[in-house]
Amino acid sequence: MENAALNIVVLVKYVPDTQFDRHLTGENHRLDRNESILSELDEYALEAALAITDDRGGAKAGNFVTALTLGPASAVAAVKKSLQIGATSGVHVSDEALAGSDAWSTSLALAAAVRTLGPVDLIITGMSSTDGETSLVPTQLAARLGLPAITFASSLELDGTTVTARRDGDDVSEDIQATLPVLVSVTDQANEPRYPNFKGILAAKKKKITTLSLADIGLSADAVGHIGSLTRVDSAAERPARTAGTIITDAGDAGIQLVDFLAAQKLI
Amino acid sequence: MTAIVVFIDQINASGTLHSTSQQLLTLARSAGEAVVVVAGPVSEDLAAELGVHGVARVLHSEQSELADFLIAPKADLVAQVAASVSASAVLLENSPAGKEIAARVGVALNAGVITDAVTVENQGGALLAHKSVLAGSYMVQAQATSAVTVISVKSHSVEARAAAQTVVPVVERIEVTFGPASLGARIIRRTSRTASGRPELEDARIVVAGGRGLDGDFGPVEELADVLGAAVGASRAATDAGWISHAAQVGQTGKKVSPQLYISVGISGAIQQKAGMQTSKVIVAVNKDSESPVFEIADFGIVGDLFKVLPQAVEEIKRRRS
Ligand SMILES: Cc1cc2nc3c(=O)[nH]c(=O)nc-3n(C[C@H](O)[C@H](O)[C@H](O)COP(=O)(O)OP(=O)(O)OC[C@H]3O[C@@H](n4cnc5c(N)ncnc54)[C@H](O)[C@@H]3O)c2cc1C
Repeated sequence: MENAALNIVVLVKYVPDTQFDRHLTGENHRLDRNESILSELDEYALEAALAITDDRGGAKAGNFVTALTLGPASAVAAVKKSLQIGATSGVHVSDEALAGSDAWSTSLALAAAVRTLGPVDLIITGMSSTDGETSLVPTQLAARLGLPAITFASSLELDGTTVTARRDGDDVSEDIQATLPVLVSVTDQANEPRYPNFKGILAAKKKKITTLSLADIGLSADAVGHIGSLTRVDSAAERPARTAGTIITDAGDAGIQLVDFLAAQKLI
Repeated sequence: MTAIVVFIDQINASGTLHSTSQQLLTLARSAGEAVVVVAGPVSEDLAAELGVHGVARVLHSEQSELADFLIAPKADLVAQVAASVSASAVLLENSPAGKEIAARVGVALNAGVITDAVTVENQGGALLAHKSVLAGSYMVQAQATSAVTVISVKSHSVEARAAAQTVVPVVERIEVTFGPASLGARIIRRTSRTASGRPELEDARIVVAGGRGLDGDFGPVEELADVLGAAVGASRAATDAGWISHAAQVGQTGKKVSPQLYISVGISGAIQQKAGMQTSKVIVAVNKDSESPVFEIADFGIVGDLFKVLPQAVEEIKRRRS
């Protein structure tokens, strides 16, 4: 049987670059989103989607890879980067009322947005965001859409409509199988993400980005954001930055000095 | 008293109570009445241990779906029990499975979910969770604003203590209705890895971690770990190279550890590595390059060849002990 063209949605998040200091600000301790980029863990999700569609003739054969983000106006940069890497189109869910959404309300809004995209075969996400780092959203999105979820996949294959993935736990590895439609979150072991090339950057300029407001996805403002969220941050304390301690250069007895240090710290 | 549901997984398990579960039960007791949900069988040993922790009520299911499909059926079990006992909170261990159950219970019960809690305190019935965020740069206090609170709790959040009074739990076997999508991701093969016999990374008081500088030979790191009774960790460069299991990876996409002592060996200290270890109490670094970023966060740093420094330290520890 001929493989049907695929409609894949990849979740991409615009997050503060982890290379810089990150800060919580304001009354509600929200993350300062300056100096943000496409989350590097989402590049693995994009790569997984593109590898699957490349195998089936890519966009020319009617396969779609939609990069979907939810975030402030600036978050469209994550979608643009995804289009440069190879996604076929982008969707940006953006609304003032979404600010401060926790995983529960973020997954609610993402589910509503996915429903506007018609039948989706596969949703691929990164293993976690690099800012919130809870890994809650992929599973909650799957639960809301009534899709099976394969989380933390370190490999992912699609054969016809059968998805096979491996999950590496601490003391056991599992091979998992599911039939489309399904949601998969992939780890940084799953593949080697491609970089955007010159051709991709030019092509991205012609690709379509759809912006969706809360009204467009049929949600009211009090279902999301700070009001709709079911968790709240009461207080935040910045930890004092670590500072360098004693640094010695080995002059033949550093191993002994190491033991002296551990003994002085009562660690041995 | 309000019911606090604690989930214990006994699928492919030993039939005894893991230390993390003991901690969750201690926590649950401080906030209400612990009701335990078990996926799989409840052995006599387990029931007795639960009794020592003051657990009067245990609900469990041995339906085969719990073992045959990925996580979702376990979440159905937890959510249905939590609803039936009108639980005010659900506590889970902070493993990938624990967090996924938390996520699903959150959707099923319209409950706020907090992951990675390092401590949980009961303030007049509200559970306040403390967690470290942004790679350890902030400590926040968070709480759920919903009727039900779901928290996945890291190990060592509290010291496990037995209840003042031992009880004999009533163990009730139940049947759960699984959602159609819960039976969509089937486990077709399980491959066990052999245990190293060393402490678990996230539980260990001391971690000795090795990186690319080990050049394929984890021997020096393992020997130091063994004289210190430490767990062995690694950088992604070392796990990617296949020198050690991926389960040993410390960092942004590996384990997040905060032991009393972290000894970093032949690791440069990239931002993703730091994200998993910079909340350690004391950090020691051994690296031959004095410019390595790891020295910026080390309490004690040695610029030197690990193949000389580590064996010497191991000999010295043995000498002092004999
Ligand atoms: C998405 C993503 C996620 C990542 N997640 C993680 C993660 O979770 N954990 C992680 O660790 N990394 C992670 N990384 C990789 C990270 O960026 C670094 O590449 C990695 O940590 C480097 O490992 P290393 O320090 O062992 O190797 P290197 O950076 O190559 O450093 C090796 C060090 O060994 C020293 N050395 C060499 N020989 C000796 C000797 N004989 N004696 C003493 N010192 C010696 C060198 O001076 C050098 O500093 C991630 C990267 C990406 C892109």
